[in-house]
Amino acid sequence: MVLELDSKSPKGDIKDRWDNHRFDMKLVNPNNKRKFDVLVVGTGLAGAAAAASLAQLGYKVKAFTFHDSPRRAHSIAAQGGINAAKNYKNDGDSIYRLFYDTVKGGDFRARESNVYRLAQVSVNIIDQCVAQGVPFAREYGGLLDNRSFGGAQVSRTFYARGQTGQQLLIGAYHALMEQVSKGTVELYTKTELLDVVVKDGVCCGIVTRDLSTGEVRSFNGHAVLLCTGGYSNAFYLSTNAMNCNVTAAWRAHRKGAAFANPCYTQIHPTCIPASDEFQSKLTLMSESLRNDGRIWVPKGFDDNRPADQIPEGERDYYLERKYPAFGNLVPRDVASRNAKTVVDEGRGVGPLKNGVFLDFSDAINRLGEDVVKERYGNLFDMYERITGENPYKVPMRIYPATHYTMGGLWVDYNLMTTIPGLYALGEANFSDHGANRLGASALMQGLADGYFVAPYTIGDYLSKLLGQPPVPVTDPAFAEAEAGLRDEISMWMNVGGTKSVDHYHRELGKIVWDRIGMARDKNGLEKAIAEIPVLREEFRKNVRVLGTPEGINQSLEKVMRVDDFFELAELMARDALHREESCGGHFRVEHQDEEGEAQRDDENFSYVAAWEWKGRGVPQELNKEPLDFEYVHPAKRSYK
Amino acid sequence: MTATQEAPGLTKNIDVRPINKPKKPLPFPLSLYQTAVGKKWVMALTGIGIMGFVFAHMIGNLKMYLGAEEYNTYAESLRELLHPIMPKHVVLWVMRFGMIGMFAFHIHSAYTLTLMNRRSKPQRYSRQDYVAANYASRTMRVSGILLAAFLLMHLANLTWGKVLTGKGFVEGEVYANVIHSLEQPLVAALYIVGQLALASHLFHGAWSIFQSLGINNPRYNGLRKGFAYGFTALVCGLNLTFPVAVLAGIVKL
Amino acid sequence: MRVTLKIWRQAGPSAAGSFSTYSVDDVKDEMSFLEVLDVLNERLTEAGEEPVAFDSDCREGICGTCGLMINGQAHGPQRGTATCQLHMRTFKDGDEITVEPWKVASFPIMRDLIVNRAPLDAIVEAGGFISADTGGAPDANLIPIPKPVADAAMDAAACIGCGACVAACPNGAGQLFTSAKLAHLNLLPQGQAQRWDRTERMVETMELFFGSCTNHGECQEACPKEISIDFIALMNRDYVRSKVKNRKLIGQSFP
Ligand SMILES: Cc1cc2nc3c(=O)[nH]c(=O)nc-3n(C[C@H](O)[C@H](O)[C@H](O)COP(=O)(O)OP(=O)(O)OC[C@H]3O[C@@H](n4cnc5c(N)ncnc54)[C@H](O)[C@@H]3O)c2cc1C
Ligand code: SF4
Ligand code: FES
Repeated sequence: MVLELDSKSPKGDIKDRWDNHRFDMKLVNPNNKRKFDVLVVGTGLAGAAAAASLAQLGYKVKAFTFHDSPRRAHSIAAQGGINAAKNYKNDGDSIYRLFYDTVKGGDFRARESNVYRLAQVSVNIIDQCVAQGVPFAREYGGLLDNRSFGGAQVSRTFYARGQTGQQLLIGAYHALMEQVSKGTVELYTKTELLDVVVKDGVCCGIVTRDLSTGEVRSFNGHAVLLCTGGYSNAFYLSTNAMNCNVTAAWRAHRKGAAFANPCYTQIHPTCIPASDEFQSKLTLMSESLRNDGRIWVPKGFDDNRPADQIPEGERDYYLERKYPAFGNLVPRDVASRNAKTVVDEGRGVGPLKNGVFLDFSDAINRLGEDVVKERYGNLFDMYERITGENPYKVPMRIYPATHYTMGGLWVDYNLMTTIPGLYALGEANFSDHGANRLGASALMQGLADGYFVAPYTIGDYLSKLLGQPPVPVTDPAFAEAEAGLRDEISMWMNVGGTKSVDHYHRELGKIVWDRIGMARDKNGLEKAIAEIPVLREEFRKNVRVLGTPEGINQSLEKVMRVDDFFELAELMARDALHREESCGGHFRVEHQDEEGEAQRDDENFSYVAAWEWKGRGVPQELNKEPLDFEYVHPAKRSYK
Repeated sequence: MTATQEAPGLTKNIDVRPINKPKKPLPFPLSLYQTAVGKKWVMALTGIGIMGFVFAHMIGNLKMYLGAEEYNTYAESLRELLHPIMPKHVVLWVMRFGMIGMFAFHIHSAYTLTLMNRRSKPQRYSRQDYVAANYASRTMRVSGILLAAFLLMHLANLTWGKVLTGKGFVEGEVYANVIHSLEQPLVAALYIVGQLALASHLFHGAWSIFQSLGINNPRYNGLRKGFAYGFTALVCGLNLTFPVAVLAGIVKL
Repeated sequence: MRVTLKIWRQAGPSAAGSFSTYSVDDVKDEMSFLEVLDVLNERLTEAGEEPVAFDSDCREGICGTCGLMINGQAHGPQRGTATCQLHMRTFKDGDEITVEPWKVASFPIMRDLIVNRAPLDAIVEAGGFISADTGGAPDANLIPIPKPVADAAMDAAACIGCGACVAACPNGAGQLFTSAKLAHLNLLPQGQAQRWDRTERMVETMELFFGSCTNHGECQEACPKEISIDFIALMNRDYVRSKVKNRKLIGQSFP
């Protein structure tokens, strides 16, 4: 069966679509709201915001997170800032401009209606956060400060030191805890979703495992919201937190939710390169470093001299050479790809030859060490703490790392997946960023979905269920799902292999990074599609999970997550292989012009690829949601 | 929520029980004394009172260097404070009761807070390297107990004239009594130890008062430590001169 | 280099715990301390011994999930960093490193090095929020906030909820965490309406779970975000004021 991908995108003038849609949606009477149970899985920005807002409206909410506190979700790590079309700087920003920039930045692979709505509600997000007490940076006059971020030509990014994600999440967490104290949200921490329960094609609940006791338990509800974040950890090494995973989204996919654009992954150019094979994760450093640092590698191959002994004439400032107009400030994907090219050529620097220099000596000479310290002091300290090198004396070494995943569960304009009653919010869905995300837009999207979109659209769905009690957890649908999970757990406990879960995760990560990373080609992708199942077979036969399924068992937690990454990785490769064009975060070596620039193919690939699960061992089936661009007309991105 | 509230909801699946029982709130201001932060206020306020006493006591004792007559007159004048407005001894007794009350509250709150801390920390680390906590701050309870013992000894010795009085105790002959006591090296040593305990207790306590009462302003915070050290040095330093002076024969009959 | 790790092992919340000693060679300067534990765990797994359970997530010092007592210091010997930011260049070849979980009555040990820090959430639940339901917020620039005030609130808000302050405190007191949460909200104009109520509730909930402050200042040294004990002073002042203010509010409701 081919899925019906109805985006439910409203018609009419783009400026009025959301308002009209809100008016058209059915409402639930305030007294009836408490008759509906809503399960919110994930308490990051999207989840905490949604759970709090739904509870404020009067729904009965249960919130789940595998963390020990909602405040630890990965959103906490975002540094840079959050965009909003406030135009406080009077520099010509507007909702339309943010909309335009996001569609263009996404390389024309996003749904216009969604993006416009995102830009619209961005304004309310800042108001909401300030009211909650988020201590955004301020100017001396007491008004909010903004900066320009990620190459935007206007200053629309709000920030709280280098801890914007933390402060926004704490704001949402506070709102959530207020509802917990009122008893309108029941909070389940250390509780991991491991299955989504679907009855008669409609989502009716979830099955979880309590990570402290090992108890398997079902929860029922009228609607389930997955706000479970992105899947960058398929690469093993990424800037994401150690525990980020695709399990929730993937298990929903296996129950029938289409997975969209898995090959759209974003690589961030300025991360600290891995130092050895035991490296567990990569650390991101703010992109702002590229404002004053110059990127270079030695001209010669296998040059082992320390940076200060390489004379000026033997250095290759490759970005400045190739892109005279933008130089070191080219967009993330361009900067990343070029770094990969020079490292692959054998001109990488550092002990493992896996980085490029980001040199501040010119900036220090020009501005003085004090100014550089004032601008980047804390980043320099962080770098020194991790590498033991002093960036005031020796150039920093940087290399790209996976950072964000634009792909995710397919959702319509209401954020509902292809399973009725199952929603996806935040990074877990695919909706707003197309093939590439602009800096400071993920936080905006998570909060938009959670505070201002889902609370309305869910009402429309629930209003039709009035008078229907939720499917009881004693229903065979739940029993079956629970039994399936118990079987899976005991299968893993009994593999009795020899190697740790991390070992296989690392091996998988190498394949994903090498073949489905920054630059992809047919050959490599086909190899990946062949190699991943082989490694997965070995993994399923030879992984070792010790201990018991009761109580804390971190290997058991990981093994199920890694198993899902295996299946996802294969789909990423297949998606990347089918998309015979280069766009945004997806760069196919075959599709570039003479100068190495990405070549999009709007005629054939202007669609969302939504993959439909067909069962274990059977390749997913491709469904297409065509994209129309009525307002922003596709044009080539150029940074020359 | 008031202090009566039940154990908070916490997360649904995780059971953590409070180690301290919620209390039925008494009317204000007694309710303050039911909470640890409130008790710290009481400790700080009584601490200030006791410090004031210790300071005045030290100043008064400096009269010792002016000779027997001055010193005895000073001691007698204490009994006649505010006399003739008030009958003799009354003000002194009021002050004495005040002091007893302050000591009682100071000690009781310290005792109950210590119990609370023990409940919170039943297990020690196999090793703990302190960075900020110093000897004085970690031995407040020890120095406190030492001080209480010293105080009793001091009262028995020079107020009631019952113990360690040396050549003899004569009511009203304050100057002679002091010298007779302190000229015994053992007694002088006890006084010196008492002063060292006082120094240690004040060293942390005098600073701690500001923190407990929330007297805090980044601009003047440096002065808080300075005050504590200065006060300790002044009071204990001068107090220490008394036994030394007697032993050395500078103050004599 | 080679290091010896003396690690607290405990099978479950009610099991008895004890130290086990492991030695790990091939430790590199660049490795983080938690990566050494990762390596140890892989080797233990391969040798058929259960890996050491420890918590971490972001590994960049912001999520507050990690937290170990390393050589008698919460988050290890380096100042102003979380356990995950500690690198092996701080240690020497041949060092013996003692690793313990937080040991505080209200943070029960769940397994090995993992403790349950739910009481910190309970304190927030008691009142650590500004009630501002979604939707009704006025324009963000309506109330200007002086930069120093916003900065001070941000200093307090930087707390990552790791619990090191409680763990390092000889009294097991929760003052630094609670005061940081309070100061963040109590300093901002938006937080004034609930200030006294919030202070009273949070302090009293804190006292259900933790010991009492004796002003050692050990928490401030252990705190990975270097949060100042000045906030504790602010909390102490606000608490007593809250007792007075709340009484007044009650008085007003019975005219
Ligand atoms: C280092 C870094 C810096 C960044 N900086 C920026 C920036 O400056 N600006 C910007 O806009 N974006 C930034 N981003 C991106 C942004 O932080 C994320 O995209 C966004 O926070 C995701 O929010 P979320 O709510 O969707 O998911 P998350 O915050 O990842 O939350 C996921 C939640 O789901 C829960 N969960 C997951 N799976 C399960 C399960 N199976 N069962 C139960 N619970 C589950 C988790 O416990 C967690 O609570 C950055 C990302 C990184 C990695
Ligand atoms: S105050 Fe510091 S030590 Fe305490 S929980 Fe917060 S960040 Fe951790
Ligand atoms: S793992 Fe997040 S703070 Fe250490």
